[in-house]
Amino acid sequence: MRKTCLHAIYELARLDRRVVFIGSDLGADTLNPFKEEMSERFFMEGVGESYIVGMAAGLAMEGKIPFVNTIATFLTRRAYEQIAVDLCHQNLKVRLIGNGGGLVYAPLGMTHQAVEDIALMRALPNMTVVAPADAREMSKIMIESMQYPSPLYIRLAKGYEPIVTHEKQEFKFGKAYQYFDGEDALVITTGVTLQPALQAVKSLAEKSGINAKILHCPTIKPLDKRAILAAIEQTPVVVVVEEHTPHGGLASAVAEIMVEAAFVGKKHFCRIGIPDTFPDDFGSQASLMQRYGITAKNIFFKVWQAVDNNVVQIITSENIMTPKTPSKL
Amino acid sequence: MPALDSRSHHLRKKILDTLNSSRRGHIGSAFSLVEIMRTLYDDILKYDSKNPNWPDRDRFILSKGHGCLAQYVLLAEKGFITEEALMSFCKTGSILGGHPDHFIPGVETSSGSLGHGLSIGVGMALSARIDKTEHRIFVVIGDGESNEGSVWEAAMAAGKHGLSNLIVLIDYNKMQSYGSTYEVQNLEPLADKWKSFGFAAFEIDGHDPQALGDLLRNLPRKQQKPTIIICHTVKGRGVDFIENNPHWHHKSKVTDDEMSALYDGLEASA
Repeated sequence: MRKTCLHAIYELARLDRRVVFIGSDLGADTLNPFKEEMSERFFMEGVGESYIVGMAAGLAMEGKIPFVNTIATFLTRRAYEQIAVDLCHQNLKVRLIGNGGGLVYAPLGMTHQAVEDIALMRALPNMTVVAPADAREMSKIMIESMQYPSPLYIRLAKGYEPIVTHEKQEFKFGKAYQYFDGEDALVITTGVTLQPALQAVKSLAEKSGINAKILHCPTIKPLDKRAILAAIEQTPVVVVVEEHTPHGGLASAVAEIMVEAAFVGKKHFCRIGIPDTFPDDFGSQASLMQRYGITAKNIFFKVWQAVDNNVVQIITSENIMTPKTPSKL
Repeated sequence: MPALDSRSHHLRKKILDTLNSSRRGHIGSAFSLVEIMRTLYDDILKYDSKNPNWPDRDRFILSKGHGCLAQYVLLAEKGFITEEALMSFCKTGSILGGHPDHFIPGVETSSGSLGHGLSIGVGMALSARIDKTEHRIFVVIGDGESNEGSVWEAAMAAGKHGLSNLIVLIDYNKMQSYGSTYEVQNLEPLADKWKSFGFAAFEIDGHDPQALGDLLRNLPRKQQKPTIIICHTVKGRGVDFIENNPHWHHKSKVTDDEMSALYDGLEASA
């Protein structure tokens, strides 16, 4: 996904002289062709995220379209005030591309794990937040971004994720996309959680006779309120899956609109994601996803449990977190 | 201290009138800036107040946004905003808050939180270089503001890029909110710092518009370096009891007696 994203920036820059690339201190040879062919619009500015975001604002004020790329935590945590004041308050056409959204950098520890980036970005007026499921969706987002008038935060996954989105499916900011159909349950996803959700919903139909609908939300803000509420209306069970802490991410956003909509009748609301903690283990993205239950198996189980048991309950990640394996001393 | 000339006196009087309308503001910071601002707006900056977004204008960023009263009076005088707008300072429905916002005609960028303006200025200067345009970017920063690490991140980048179209002026009044810069966070050796970041550095009396104007008019355009002008100033310059007085960094609920004392103090400096 990252490779696709960077290549898209290169191609967009070749087509449109307004495009500039700004990196912090990225890996050796990043976007070498861009640097060689369009050096005046290629900036590798060092480890100074606050400056980089301000610099991008200055370029955008002059009509450029800056694509800013660095590790997601450094962008969203370190440069938060610049993002708020310089980009969002002034509603500038800057694209922030956060590498390693979620648990991607598992072995590198909490400083590199962007587990609350969606909440941080979503809180800012004028900011649009997207998390593509795969490289195919990423490509569509990049193309569409050229026409989008306001600041964008694009949460990148690891790369080489399986392609799960439909080839012919369009991408529009603010729109949710449906996979499968069914009224027993609704599973709402963003980013790479679409993949385990697809597996889970397929298995539910095959093994349990439970028919669920998936609404995949590559755009978390603005949320496709109309599509989500219409789908919730038709089902008693809503399960939100995200690679994010419980506060301020997709599950929070869905819960907010659910409460405002005041549905008649009980709705089971279940969120699967990272608990309210900084990740407390290393290993790999997959092993941490396993630890926090962001898996097809757990989605299957939670949907089945909610559909089968007519009990109103809030199921959070804390309930399912498996114990940390003690390391050998 | 030498007496204020009529222009400097007039602008400070307008600042007091504006302060009087809302009874609050960063009065000490604004008085420190008056000669820097009048030199830029009277003699140096290229602009068209009837067309604030004229592409060939020089870009001016007041990064120490709390000094905005000094900018607002000039924006009104030059026709960017109305006198009525000026007198609505900080009131409900006004476009003029206690720190400048980007939607004010003649204001390039919102400022108020310190340490933002120089990075934005670097971006603007790089854009001008890409587009091969001749306009220049002027950024006024504060000494207290220079505590911010982002100022030095941007300075490092400006030096690296050799931005000869970027001119930074620092209002070096040696006072910040709590007190002396020497006490809170010493910036010395200030000129050497900027030189070491790749800047051409100049030091000048920031209350001498003639000298500052001469320096700005004669800056070499092809030096392949950004410029820093260290303007030695006095916080609150023009009213003796607020000069170098940290209690007048920012004032709210200014009383009738205090307003009278400010006007009287200004007359004594003329």
